[in-house]
Amino acid sequence: MHIADQLLQLLFTGLTLGSIYSLIALALVTTFNITGILNLAQGEFVALGALLAVSMYAAGMPMAAAFTVSVLLVAMLGGFLERFAIHTARGASGLTLIIITIGLSISLRGLALLIWGTETYSLPAFSKGGPLFIGGAAVNPQSLWIFGLTAITLAGLYAFFELTYWGKAVKASVINRAAARLVGINPHTVSFLAFTASGALGAAAGIFIAPITMTTYDMGFMLGLKGFVAAVIGGLSNVGGAVLGGILLGILESYSAGLISSGLKDAIAIIILLAVLLIRPEGIIGAIRERKI
Amino acid sequence: MIKKTNLAVLLALLFAASILISGCASGQDAAGKDTPGEEPYKIGAVLDISGKASSLGMPERDTLLMLADQLNASGGINGHPVDLIILDNKSDETEAVLAVKTLIEKDVLAVLGCSSSGPSMAMIDTVQKEKVPMISLAAASSIVEPVKDRQWVFKTAQSDIVTVNKIIGYLKEQGITKVAFLYMNNAYGDGGKKAFAAAARENGIEVVAEEKFDASDKDMTPQLTRVKASPAQAAVVWAIPPSASILTRNFRDIGLSIPLIHSHGVGNQKFIDLAQDAADGVILPIGKLTVADQIPDSDPQKKVLEGYINDYSKKYNAPPNSFGGYAWDAFNLLVSAIEKAGPDRAAIRDQLEKTRGFIGVSGVFNMSPQDHNGLDEDSMVLVQIQDGKWKLLE
Repeated sequence: MHIADQLLQLLFTGLTLGSIYSLIALALVTTFNITGILNLAQGEFVALGALLAVSMYAAGMPMAAAFTVSVLLVAMLGGFLERFAIHTARGASGLTLIIITIGLSISLRGLALLIWGTETYSLPAFSKGGPLFIGGAAVNPQSLWIFGLTAITLAGLYAFFELTYWGKAVKASVINRAAARLVGINPHTVSFLAFTASGALGAAAGIFIAPITMTTYDMGFMLGLKGFVAAVIGGLSNVGGAVLGGILLGILESYSAGLISSGLKDAIAIIILLAVLLIRPEGIIGAIRERKI
Repeated sequence: MIKKTNLAVLLALLFAASILISGCASGQDAAGKDTPGEEPYKIGAVLDISGKASSLGMPERDTLLMLADQLNASGGINGHPVDLIILDNKSDETEAVLAVKTLIEKDVLAVLGCSSSGPSMAMIDTVQKEKVPMISLAAASSIVEPVKDRQWVFKTAQSDIVTVNKIIGYLKEQGITKVAFLYMNNAYGDGGKKAFAAAARENGIEVVAEEKFDASDKDMTPQLTRVKASPAQAAVVWAIPPSASILTRNFRDIGLSIPLIHSHGVGNQKFIDLAQDAADGVILPIGKLTVADQIPDSDPQKKVLEGYINDYSKKYNAPPNSFGGYAWDAFNLLVSAIEKAGPDRAAIRDQLEKTRGFIGVSGVFNMSPQDHNGLDEDSMVLVQIQDGKWKLLE
């Protein structure tokens, strides 16, 4: 393998990792924009979605059905948690709400541990067949599914916010909650929808990555953390920035592991987080300070 | 007021969650207490029941519970029932030390465990200081070496050097002189790396690429990319599942076609389940348990192996694996030592060191003051995975 092929291989690996981080960052940023809450239980939605799908697939359901049911269930869970834990505390400060999501994350992880135990589970790849070879580097077909999901999610979010009535209503309540209320938009419904959608997105991401990363009850923590770093790189409120932040992080991790040392991989994420927060708290990509969808 | 109620709800939630979590992590007591007659002998075990190494710890726990039940049903040790206390170290070094201290406070005669090398190493200081015999179920040779600093420590899993010699033997037979070595960044991987590097040097085999990865890594493509760029004729991997399975999938995915040789760390069904088709073709040295039906009747271990397989399958409806076997050996070595030595920690230690010709699941143990593992290369066989099954090589 020549150095060029090696660099290309690492690039594909980084893109796959990066797309995973992007998906989680997207859900984080969207919820943050809409509700002002950083949902630190986002990683748990990813783990639950994957584990539910694994169980249903093992029970004999076809993959497509297991995917749909799992996404619906986790979406409902997201909505339920918003009503049960966030809505009831709506008068509390933003910090309190974030701490509530930490509590939810710990509870969900405990629940997953009770149901699925500590074992690792795996899903088969969505499409059969070996890797594709692009210019001397191998690409796992599952990576293409993950790229696809990221692209569709990004396009879907864009279409929703720019082209639909509901999307505009959400935007309105982000820009000015009180004014939106005056024209008849209910911010509580908007917050409910945001959590439902991030549950669905998290579960979908979990199922898409399960064939590559495998699933355990505690997989959500590290993924949630990396997603958060990706969102911070992108400026925390910038949807496009979150995607770029995720991909940048994935590629940096892959190159530092492949070219320097694999011990450096997880350190990279934290080093970047610190550097961004210290030097450019508004994010590397989005220099715009106000919330922008 | 509203805020206060909410805080109360949140606290209640957190509290409930912490009970749920600690509820499943706390220790289990097996049998012994209601048996009338002689005072029970307390035996402690610290296993990796949850966390990264749970695929090792769980069959070990099941095996120990089964053996303790059997032993108590047949009258215990010289009439004394056994009170087995198993604690979970969550695959963590600090938790292991806390657990072993708890057990010593409860006056156990000896400690079994841990399942993996890191937590085992972490317990050594404590048992050496407190003079409590310990039988580890983990692989790294450094757990029992140098013996002069490890007088109270024994182990039942084959030391790295036994496995390394088996692999080196195979490489020489195949005429392979350049290998890539990949290992997990923990005590198990490190032990394998040191033993392999030394043995390879002595046998004229060159390590042309050396790569490490973390137990929690989800993608080893970067490391394998470097292996692909190297002139290696075979890859030797020192890891346990799930990372060993992920590596094997990545290995096939990037189209590497050199032979893939794993250590005995992947000697359980979980490895194949997680790696799926990618596991086919993998070669590894393994204890005889996994291929018990394929080894000849003349093998001295055949009867012990079949007995363990029957008992375990009957109780748990699943075949046992080599990790459960390490627990079987540790428990029975200890029981036979207590039988002869009585309830005295120092006498038990001396008796363990005198073990000769003990036929166990992992091999025939011959302990000595220089060797606290007591197994040699004959305790292992080479197998290849074919269609998701273990096949004896040659």
